[in-house]
Amino acid sequence: MSAASDGLLPADATYGSLVGTVADPLLRRPAGRWYWAAFAVASLGTMVMFGAIGWLFIEGVGIWGVNTSVVWGFAISNFVWWLGIGHAGTFISAALLLTRQPWRAAINRFAEVMTLFAGSVAGLFPILHLGRPYRAYWLFPYPNTMDLWPQWRSALVWDCAAISTYLTFSLLFWWIGLIPDLATIRDRAQGRAGQLVYGALALGWRGSARHWHRHDLLYRTMAAMALPLVVSVHSVVGMDFAASLMPGWQETIFPPYFVAGALFSGFGMVVVVAAVMRRGLGLEEVVTNKHFEVMGKVVLAGSVTLAIAYATEWFTAWYGGDPAERGHVVYLFTGPYAPAYLLMLACNLAVPQLLWFGSVRRRIGAVVAVSLILNLGMWLERILIIVNTLSHPPLPTMASFYWPTRWDWMLFGGTIAFFTLLFLIFARLLPAVAMYDLGKLLHERRSGR
Amino acid sequence: MTAPLILAEFRDPDTLVQAARRAREAGLGPLDAHTPFAVEGLAEALALETPPLRRAMLAAGLAGAAFAYLLCWYSGVIDFPLNFGARPLHAWPIFLILAFEGGILCATLAGIAGFFVTTGLPRLHHPVFDGRGFDRASQDRFFLAVADPAADVERLSALLDGLGPLSVREVTP
Repeated sequence: MSAASDGLLPADATYGSLVGTVADPLLRRPAGRWYWAAFAVASLGTMVMFGAIGWLFIEGVGIWGVNTSVVWGFAISNFVWWLGIGHAGTFISAALLLTRQPWRAAINRFAEVMTLFAGSVAGLFPILHLGRPYRAYWLFPYPNTMDLWPQWRSALVWDCAAISTYLTFSLLFWWIGLIPDLATIRDRAQGRAGQLVYGALALGWRGSARHWHRHDLLYRTMAAMALPLVVSVHSVVGMDFAASLMPGWQETIFPPYFVAGALFSGFGMVVVVAAVMRRGLGLEEVVTNKHFEVMGKVVLAGSVTLAIAYATEWFTAWYGGDPAERGHVVYLFTGPYAPAYLLMLACNLAVPQLLWFGSVRRRIGAVVAVSLILNLGMWLERILIIVNTLSHPPLPTMASFYWPTRWDWMLFGGTIAFFTLLFLIFARLLPAVAMYDLGKLLHERRSGR
Repeated sequence: MTAPLILAEFRDPDTLVQAARRAREAGLGPLDAHTPFAVEGLAEALALETPPLRRAMLAAGLAGAAFAYLLCWYSGVIDFPLNFGARPLHAWPIFLILAFEGGILCATLAGIAGFFVTTGLPRLHHPVFDGRGFDRASQDRFFLAVADPAADVERLSALLDGLGPLSVREVTP
């Protein structure tokens, strides 16, 4: 379809100009004052994160707000939140490739990077929450002198398998996609150092028809594998909850509900990252209003799906008739966390409805604002899933209130800074957009496909 | 003495595909093309054969899944049985999750390894990099590479008549 290119590429684009748009900010333009200011702030925040982790190693999980009833707290909700964000990248890259969506071309690379960084940050939390983080490697089945095996029936082991597979896969998928672009940067680099470094990283790629043929074959096959993998990861996280016997958790809807929430928040974060990259690297020509409009529609679809999931939760609690489940839903709306719950509903369900209006979707600022709000909403959701269930256990004497300590906040804020820092480094060292995909899109447009 | 390497440079991918088809029909070979992105129809024009990469990935994936399942079964049922409230030791629904992850991991690693084997990468140098203007093969130019002992610049130019190559040159180190 030739709608393929409506507003996705500039009208006067050539193969060379597209490469220049992406590669020049990397090779020819200095970073600028704003970049270094952001870099300084993010570095400072990263130091706060390492400080919070250091103190945790010294003192133990007692520095957090967790207690004997609410044992999971910030660590696990931040893990779920970050991992959810880490879903959209590989999903965008793979699903949009297989369904031939032309708007994939400009955004897939930094979406994949977002997956890698968010997934890595997410992976920190369960390890930090272990209590004895230095024994995290016990989760892997390795030959050991203790004659011990991992306990396969434990949810922690499923998480470990799902996340380590997903991160390895995402890293390799991103890397295979990156090799041809590294060759382009090698050929455009003017300094000897750049030519050597990017030349080594490009592994001798020479754009041979044979290379492209194998590359395409492998990339498409990996994309087809990525879809079930993406769905499996947050399903496994959902099962951490659903495999328990707690009201509010023990629900068969949890795996798909978690996946829907993950894609929703992930797409929201892609919108934010796309807006920042577009402005920061001057990519206005290839990341256009059209991209934000389409992503706005995806976010809207996510919000509607989530509304159905919430409604199903409330309905089955009432229809099932179990007093514990019914009491849990009443607690959501009337318990101590009710204001946060209502705020979450507003952020996740009400605000994204603005995207029904084309005039809102076409304004980048509006789509970004909605995305930031929904990410707050999704963060609240992850917190509330945990504290609402754990703070009122079946035995009334065990009821307790969870409130995060300053170490919780420092660790959480620090991970956001660390994520930003990683992104700032990426933006200056590697091409932020897949140049060959843009070239391919231009070719398709010229031949009228 | 190996055959000289001749590069014909084009501005447009579709012309390159036509040129590749003509060169192959004229019986020249070995042929290759160098482009900044995957050009549709080029593999067919050059009659590239598809390596059994997908079958290798499938086999590795199934083997990985089987290995993960057997590992879970052997360790959880035979070597280290732990009774938790009389729950079954052979917890196959959970073993299947781990088998799925193991399968995906092995298929991916096999695919990456197969990619490097079938492309001959990584590689430190290749004669084609000495071609004049070849650095644009990764940006906005499309090259046909002919390494036939029977071919020379004149013959290739005559063959490509009407397609308007920007240049036809022999690569000299």
